[in-house]
Amino acid sequence: MIRRHHWIVRATHWLNAVLLLGLIGSGLQIYGAYAHFGPRGAPYPLPNPWDGEGFPQWARLGGWLAAGLNWHFALAWPFVLTGVLYVGFLVLTGEWRSLLFRFRDLGPAWQMQRYYLGLRTDHPPQGKHNALQKLAYTSIVLLGALATASGFAIYKPVQLAWLTGLFGGYELARYWHFVFVWVFVAFTLVHVALVLLVDPASLRAIITGWYRGRFPSHE
Amino acid sequence: MSEPTRGLTRRDLLRLGAAAGPAGLAAACGWDGGPALAPGLRLFSRLNDWVGEKIFLGRHRLAPQYPASARTDPQNFPAYSITYNQTGQYPSVARPQSWALEVKGLVRRPLRLTRPMIEELPRVTYTVKHHCVEGWTAIGTWTGVPVATIIAMAQPTTDARYLRFDSFDRGYYNGWDLASAMHPQTILAYAWNDRPLMMNHGAPLRLYSPIKLGYKLTKYLTAMTFTRERPGGYWEDQGYPWLGGI
Repeated sequence: MIRRHHWIVRATHWLNAVLLLGLIGSGLQIYGAYAHFGPRGAPYPLPNPWDGEGFPQWARLGGWLAAGLNWHFALAWPFVLTGVLYVGFLVLTGEWRSLLFRFRDLGPAWQMQRYYLGLRTDHPPQGKHNALQKLAYTSIVLLGALATASGFAIYKPVQLAWLTGLFGGYELARYWHFVFVWVFVAFTLVHVALVLLVDPASLRAIITGWYRGRFPSHE
Repeated sequence: MSEPTRGLTRRDLLRLGAAAGPAGLAAACGWDGGPALAPGLRLFSRLNDWVGEKIFLGRHRLAPQYPASARTDPQNFPAYSITYNQTGQYPSVARPQSWALEVKGLVRRPLRLTRPMIEELPRVTYTVKHHCVEGWTAIGTWTGVPVATIIAMAQPTTDARYLRFDSFDRGYYNGWDLASAMHPQTILAYAWNDRPLMMNHGAPLRLYSPIKLGYKLTKYLTAMTFTRERPGGYWEDQGYPWLGGI
């Protein structure tokens, strides 16, 4: 048994899961008020499988637009604070070293990909996390930052016009904000599938902090 | 803006939950927080209003303007009113000839302004993007007198902190912070896309500003009142964010 995750990491992880669920649910509620992208009266060239379609009641939080907005704007605060706390913890403790994907991780990432594709039978050696995990855990923090930034871009498109401009204007920022939802959903599905299929012991580690599984080595 | 429907009440949820577990669970997604969390959500909404007014709002930051060619086709520019939504008729005043805007409340000089009087004041014209709380946008040209001009004429007292805009649209009203009302792009508009304002867009006079969401822009104005206490609003009282600043 090794001690793997600090309580701050575990707390922010699960808090984040709950907050993200609420943010997505309330976001889908808000989307239903105008289930299109682009300016009024103009067809929009970007793909949206849900154009004109609201999401089913079970996927929405709030029941109507105002409550959806209030949930969304309330949950956004702890979501950002949780992210800041998590990243701050990684920086202050130096834990970021085992998580940040760097240039030198490119080769090992490819080897891990080959392993997952069945092109390599033995699991490549790794530290606390393998290179693909580092890539995933680095990307998800970036995704959180992008989702937050695009959220502010459509929340204050006049006061933060520079930010809205970085996302290509209000209509595009709203589109990216929506796209990021599906990247979060896809990440979560793969994340959970890999935990269950490759290293179920890590589920215990993210709950209790203790790990006894296939990849015990520490960097 | 289409009429938003109210969510389930707490009692409905309890009934549903008792009747069928899974169905109750699904209905819980229409949850406004219930008695335990709903006040917390309102608290966050007030916090966001404060942050929106005190931190984000730039008193002199102007919303971007667009060329007239960027205007949204007038047919695609939605125009909503409570009266039209409920009756299919535009709201109207009993005697249109005698319509005037009352400027009152905590002011040294209460005013009664007819439309000719308002049209004689220095005017502002801009082509800006309209943001609806629902998520759509549309571009249009608005002409009117800055609210700041009216404020200067009425001379509010030092304890005036808010403005209440009333209408003849079935009790529709909005409360505003003075900082947003003083913004140079906040106007009392009487023309849209170079033509006199039409009934669907709030004639004879409406509030307009590109720094707030559409539901804050009172149509069919009758009065603006300076107050000490924060006035609510038609949608705001039902749960929409009060500031609506963008």
